[in-house]
Amino acid sequence: MIYLDNAATSLHRPECVGRAVCGALSSLGNPGRGAHDAALEASRTIYTARQRIAKLLGAETPSSIAFASNATEALNTAIFGLFGPGDGIITTAAEHNSVLRPLYLLSLRGAEVSYVHAGKDGMPDYSSIPSMITARTKAIVLSHASNVTGNISDLSAISEICRMNGLLLIADGAQAAGCIRTDVQKSGVDVYCFTGHKGLMGPQGTGGLYVRPGIKIRPLKSGGSGIHSFDRMHPDIMPEALEAGTLNCHGIAGLSAAAEYIMSEGIDKIEAHEARLCRMFLDLARDIPDIKIYGRFGDEERAPIVSLNIGDLDSGYVCGILSEKYEVAVRGGAHCAPLLHKSLGTVKQGAVRFSFGYFNTEEDVLTAAAALRDISAGR
Amino acid sequence: MRKKENYIIITFVSTTSAMAAEEYLRTRSVPGRMIPLPGSIAAGCGLAWRIALREYDDTARNMIQKLEGVEEIHTLTM
Repeated sequence: MIYLDNAATSLHRPECVGRAVCGALSSLGNPGRGAHDAALEASRTIYTARQRIAKLLGAETPSSIAFASNATEALNTAIFGLFGPGDGIITTAAEHNSVLRPLYLLSLRGAEVSYVHAGKDGMPDYSSIPSMITARTKAIVLSHASNVTGNISDLSAISEICRMNGLLLIADGAQAAGCIRTDVQKSGVDVYCFTGHKGLMGPQGTGGLYVRPGIKIRPLKSGGSGIHSFDRMHPDIMPEALEAGTLNCHGIAGLSAAAEYIMSEGIDKIEAHEARLCRMFLDLARDIPDIKIYGRFGDEERAPIVSLNIGDLDSGYVCGILSEKYEVAVRGGAHCAPLLHKSLGTVKQGAVRFSFGYFNTEEDVLTAAAALRDISAGR
Repeated sequence: MRKKENYIIITFVSTTSAMAAEEYLRTRSVPGRMIPLPGSIAAGCGLAWRIALREYDDTARNMIQKLEGVEEIHTLTM
């Protein structure tokens, strides 16, 4: 099978990830609960993971990284923990449901949510943001990279708008972390939510959020923390404030190994490899008759994603043929980004998404493009 | 019966602070180790750094003063 569904989850992971998870399963106790060797080793494992993720994202300190089970949980934590009735939030039409649905729920509770329009190439019109800011506006919430088009948001430019207007910038890094160089401090992000199992190549069930020091988020969950046991309220000290209950220490051990692997290989090398495969696929796909490709493809940096359709063929049908006849694994249908599909005009058809990872090869690209050409010719 | 000794006990605001302290002190060969928080101390996370008073010299004191996330410092006979 040629696996080109890395935007859904990574499949081919560095060997060190599996070794770390297996080792953790049989050696680690509960992090932060006790001082025997197994518990301390678990705490050390979590701390090392915080250090590595902090370094990878350009965070000030390991304690600014709180772990969560995925980007959705991280985004829910940030959105519900920072905003409430009466607050205004600006987001974009390019967002995943992990941003949209918490915001829909928040709007039912009395928040004012407004949406930046996205063009036919899926790129939000960021120039409209200043005119959307009202006295109630507290934040801009948007994706660093689109899970459908691979378009990237210029976080530095948007954070400048935030800075000038006293707003927080919350970024969904689900498709960017591990794929493109990210520096939360330089780009002025206040909260950066990530998942561990996509570009970071860690296990599913891992993820988290960077929280700029000084920002207080009300926890989504309360409970065991391993600290201040006699306090009635969950401690508000980062990162434990956002980590009630036992962490997925075994998974985080794998994520830590993956982060170390990414740093030893070099994020620039990984980004360049994936971008090269993406461009190669794009050049081959563009030559196929009646192909429709979605996204902005200029000189801009991009996430390694290409979504397309062949004529009016249903995207799910195309994915089925790619899987059954050519053993090429991609994702079709809607991609949990309903407003973006409206902008792209793909609500009924969906889109066939090819997403590349560090372990894909040029041969994978050639095979996938040839299969696509075959399907187009056989209509 | 084990002979009792005087110790300096350092408590931390969080497990993360405790782990950061442990790494900092270990890499600088400061004596001591992480222990469960003694019941007589009602502060800090569940972990504390214990260093024998006889080893708590100027070098160790200076290193410990540089730690972030220290909540309290106690002297205990254990």
